[in-house]
Amino acid sequence: MKYLIMMTHSPDDPVQDWTPDDVKSSWAHMQQIHQEMTEAGELIAAEKLAGPEATKIVASDGVSAPVITDGVYPEAKELLAGFWMVDVDSEQRAIEIAARTSAAPGPGGAPTRKPIVVRPIMDAPPPEW
Amino acid sequence: MNAGADVEGLLRVLAPQVLAVLVRRSGDFADAEDAVQEALLAAATQWPDEGTPSNPRGWLVTVAARRLTDIWRADAARRHREDLAVAREPAAPAEPSSMDDSLVLLFLCCHPVLAPGSAIPLTLRAVGGLSTSEIATAFLVPEDTMAKRISRAKQRIKASDIPFRMPTGDEWTGRLRTVLHVLYLIFNEGYAASAGPQVTRTDVSGEAIRLTRALQRALPDEPEVTGLLALMLLTDARRPARTGPHGELVPLAEQDRTRWDRALIAEGVALLTAVLPRRAIGEYQLQAAIAAIHDEGATAEHTDWPQILALYGLLERMTGNPMATLNRAIALAMVDGPHAGLAALTGLDSRLPGHHRLDAVRAHLLEMAGDPNGAITHYLRAAGRTTSLAERDYLTGKATRLRTL
Repeated sequence: MKYLIMMTHSPDDPVQDWTPDDVKSSWAHMQQIHQEMTEAGELIAAEKLAGPEATKIVASDGVSAPVITDGVYPEAKELLAGFWMVDVDSEQRAIEIAARTSAAPGPGGAPTRKPIVVRPIMDAPPPEW
Repeated sequence: MNAGADVEGLLRVLAPQVLAVLVRRSGDFADAEDAVQEALLAAATQWPDEGTPSNPRGWLVTVAARRLTDIWRADAARRHREDLAVAREPAAPAEPSSMDDSLVLLFLCCHPVLAPGSAIPLTLRAVGGLSTSEIATAFLVPEDTMAKRISRAKQRIKASDIPFRMPTGDEWTGRLRTVLHVLYLIFNEGYAASAGPQVTRTDVSGEAIRLTRALQRALPDEPEVTGLLALMLLTDARRPARTGPHGELVPLAEQDRTRWDRALIAEGVALLTAVLPRRAIGEYQLQAAIAAIHDEGATAEHTDWPQILALYGLLERMTGNPMATLNRAIALAMVDGPHAGLAALTGLDSRLPGHHRLDAVRAHLLEMAGDPNGAITHYLRAAGRTTSLAERDYLTGKATRLRTL
């Protein structure tokens, strides 16, 4: 079963305000999860996305010039910060990965408890067909 | 072209035999499996051009053994020198126990210490002789991801110290059940993938059928093995008809039955007819019997629903599986009307919470019962819950059609 595990930006607690040690331990925590998923043959892809500042929002009617909005701060917390695409044995395992990601240490080593979104990726039809 | 296909077929058959020889000699399943993969690759490139050697099995054993030595040399610090003796043995002529050894391998790869997600690719590679790249393509993951998964599975088997022999006594029944379950899952993976946009996926269901055929030849007295083979054939027979020209799903009742594979149906029915009188009924035989009844109906209207209802009743009692209850409700609706079917669904909400199939069946029965609004609600709920794109399209389409009536 394939899932997309998604993390959003935290505009209220931007990582640039963290101490270097806090950043380091957060990174080590994430690195360990990444490593574990890689070695288990669960990880399909993982990417980090550039920040809200580098984001463009495009809307078009297909006729006139598209409307392009530069990084919109009020909406920044809706923005995806990064994702993992995984192929795991169960939804339970996807949730376990998300929970560990959410528990990554933040400022002062306290867990960030960041909400992590887990969504199934559409697949082939079940065998009843 | 043909030479390539012939070679491929031959290699698939020889792969587990050669691996078994190496494992017996070396006692090292994980490394032997890597070595055999490389020998298979060498053969696949050389044989079509240079011709198949007179003793293909011996050729593969020699090349794989040499490769195993190389692997071990690279790892020499942790190895004992005497292990190298494996490569000094002359290439053996065909050993009489080759078929048994392939079975031992199958039972090793379908071991309960492995989750199905690991047992499936390992079985396809070690017993089926598929390459990591083919398996990765079939399961739509990067090759490296699949390589890691297979390697982890082998480490798991190594760490569990599972002996390279057939399970005996009390262990046998449980292990055979695991083997059949893994083969069934392989078939389902491939069968599912053959609908929808990913038509280029390797024929994994064909591979499941091939392995199950070999197992059935080796264990003709195990009724459930025969039952599983029959189930696969009777299901696969409908494959050409279950998708429309644009890859859309076509439900059983609307399929063009002239496109069903009559030869597969005949073979499945013959297998089932031979095995059912033995009165050692299991769930695969029951599912195969249900598939056979569907396949034998000249038209959807001619389907013998009372018999299907009875078989689902048996299956439900035997397995306690809520999916059997769900399917029985459909059969009941076909025999006693949609209200009887709907009544049979009560109680399933707690056993299949949030399952899209329950909503889809409820929608179908409500539609039969002349309640389009209720049907629309449940079709859409099922569409929102399914994780299959083709199925979502089908369910949304059903709701749309009812709305525009």
